[in-house]
Amino acid sequence: MAMLTLENIAVSYDQQYILKDFNLSVEKGSLISLLGPSGCGKTTTLRLIAGFLDAKEGKFALNGKDYTRVPVNKRNFGFVFQSYALFPHLSVYDNVAFGLRLRKVNKADVDRRVRRMLDIVNLSGFEQRFPKELSGGQRQRVAIARALVIEPDLLLFDEPLSNLDANLRVNMRVEIRRIQQELGITTVYVSHDQEECFSISDQVAVMNKGIIEQLDKPSTIFKYPKTEFVARFIGFNNFITFDSRQENGNVIELQTKGRTFRALHGEGRGEQKGLKGAIRPDDLKLGTQEELGVDFNLLPGKVKVSTYLGRSYQYVIETELGEFTVNKEMEQPYISGQEVLVHFPIEKLIVVE
Amino acid sequence: MRQKNRGLGLFTFFIYLFLLGPLVIIAFASFEPGSAMKFPPQGFSLKWYQNIFEVSMFKTSFITSILVSLAGNLLALLLGLPAAYALSRFQFRGKAALNAIFISPVLIPGIVLGFTMLKYVIITYNLPVYSALLIGHTVIMLPFIIRVIASSLANFDFAVEEASLSLGAGRLKTFFTVVLPNIKSGIIAAVLIAFLESFNNVDISVFMTGPGISTFPIQMLLYVENNFDPTIAAISVLLMLFTAVLMFIIERLMGLSYFTKR
Ligand SMILES: Nc1ncnc2c1ncn2[C@@H]1O[C@H](COP(=O)(O)OP(=O)(O)OP(=O)(O)O)[C@@H](O)[C@H]1O
Ligand SMILES: [Mg+2]
Repeated sequence: MAMLTLENIAVSYDQQYILKDFNLSVEKGSLISLLGPSGCGKTTTLRLIAGFLDAKEGKFALNGKDYTRVPVNKRNFGFVFQSYALFPHLSVYDNVAFGLRLRKVNKADVDRRVRRMLDIVNLSGFEQRFPKELSGGQRQRVAIARALVIEPDLLLFDEPLSNLDANLRVNMRVEIRRIQQELGITTVYVSHDQEECFSISDQVAVMNKGIIEQLDKPSTIFKYPKTEFVARFIGFNNFITFDSRQENGNVIELQTKGRTFRALHGEGRGEQKGLKGAIRPDDLKLGTQEELGVDFNLLPGKVKVSTYLGRSYQYVIETELGEFTVNKEMEQPYISGQEVLVHFPIEKLIVVE
Repeated sequence: MRQKNRGLGLFTFFIYLFLLGPLVIIAFASFEPGSAMKFPPQGFSLKWYQNIFEVSMFKTSFITSILVSLAGNLLALLLGLPAAYALSRFQFRGKAALNAIFISPVLIPGIVLGFTMLKYVIITYNLPVYSALLIGHTVIMLPFIIRVIASSLANFDFAVEEASLSLGAGRLKTFFTVVLPNIKSGIIAAVLIAFLESFNNVDISVFMTGPGISTFPIQMLLYVENNFDPTIAAISVLLMLFTAVLMFIIERLMGLSYFTKR
């Protein structure tokens, strides 16, 4: 059952729509990430859910209750900010206790819950410190504890890790995921870091210009992007535009310029609508027909550029269907101008819109 | 290089001489035992300091000045704090214009402002001297209050307020429990700066004061018109000390707020 639903939401800043006909639903207890390039509306979506922004149109409901017009301070959601936004004049303890005291929780319970929460985020012993006496990672954990201690109905993160260094980022995201699963709180997480989103989410919504292009499990998005935008965003750098397609059992046949390519339908791949073939540089193969051992999805080309990447070589191959980027590990590299066959393995060629 | 540095040093020396010289001269002259100001003083005496407290109009005008500055300060704070908050937090139509209006008393010459207020406000509504003084001083303090508080609000992350809202505090509650404690030093600095501005003001006060009621600086002016003794130097020394203490506090407050910034 969907716990959080956004229905046909519209948000605009002075006449200009940032979100329009926006729909999203999140299962209870799961963590969903909003992923997308800068300016695509992730923060806007999150702030709308939090109640910092009003919807022009549409409806936002949680557990069947309409929240569209509920003011932010009546929502009981936890929000974790990119800048942490701790109260500078309060100690760690008082920061975490802030929400509980507003809820008129009695003193003993405040104490118990604050200490338990500080324990969960591994900050026991830091009660009397002030925010400016903490490291970035510690501040972020205080921010998380402060948001969690009120037992929020929904937890919202806006790029909580982007101010931390790379190592800490990895530790913290594991931590966030652990706490989220331990407490089973429905969570919406915003980031523009792919790896971060994929590693902690049950579901990822890839956004583009205020629209969700694809909402799926991380592994599905990674393997089977639905649209060209999603494919590009997650590293499918090679595209072929086809003119027509036929379905033949679980094989899709696609044609352009008198050539036919095959892709697969089936398990986990979704509808595979559209007329574009997408494939990652790592998945393309190069060689002679004997070396490749197949007789379809082949395209003759010429090595245009060859770049040494350390672990492998990267080639740009020029063909009559455009240029393709291929990563290949090999002893004896191809030289510029050399003729090669490019092979598009049938299971790796994804059809996108 | 060396040559240049020496030139610069000399330049700095003259600047300080120019700025501090008169103050030093006044300080010395205030200890002159004779009845005319002399530099260097011909002896050492504190009798002109004593004289300050014997001239009754100094006492009454000092009290008037303090009262007007304090009450005006309170009024300016009550108006200025919400204004500074609104100007730094919200986008609305006419914001730029409002900003300009609040800042304008600093830009318009005091004489012009004072005269205009006298002619179009005080006389038109036939206001008593005290109210006139109060209004005048509130007006000159307002820009300082607004600007200093606004700059301290600008250093305060808006997200912190949003955090408070999301934890369940209403707007008003957030203002008092989260915003206020964090701009406290800015508010105190604003109040002190505005106080100095008001307490030292002559050009506006001169239009507002009336028979028998006068502010301290005006009284000093009146005094030197008729007397040439070092009393005025003694007063200046005391005012300098007073100002120095306030400036020191302001410096500490604003300085501290820099350190608390992340
Ligand atoms: N207060 C505002 N006034 C006008 N336009 C705004 C405002 N806030 C955001 N926008 C616009 O709304 C769009 C979406 O912004 P949003 O902050 O949601 O992007 P984002 O996906 O979070 O990007 P980022 O990854 O950079 O944080 C952007 O084009 C932005 O310019
Ligand atoms: Mg953002």
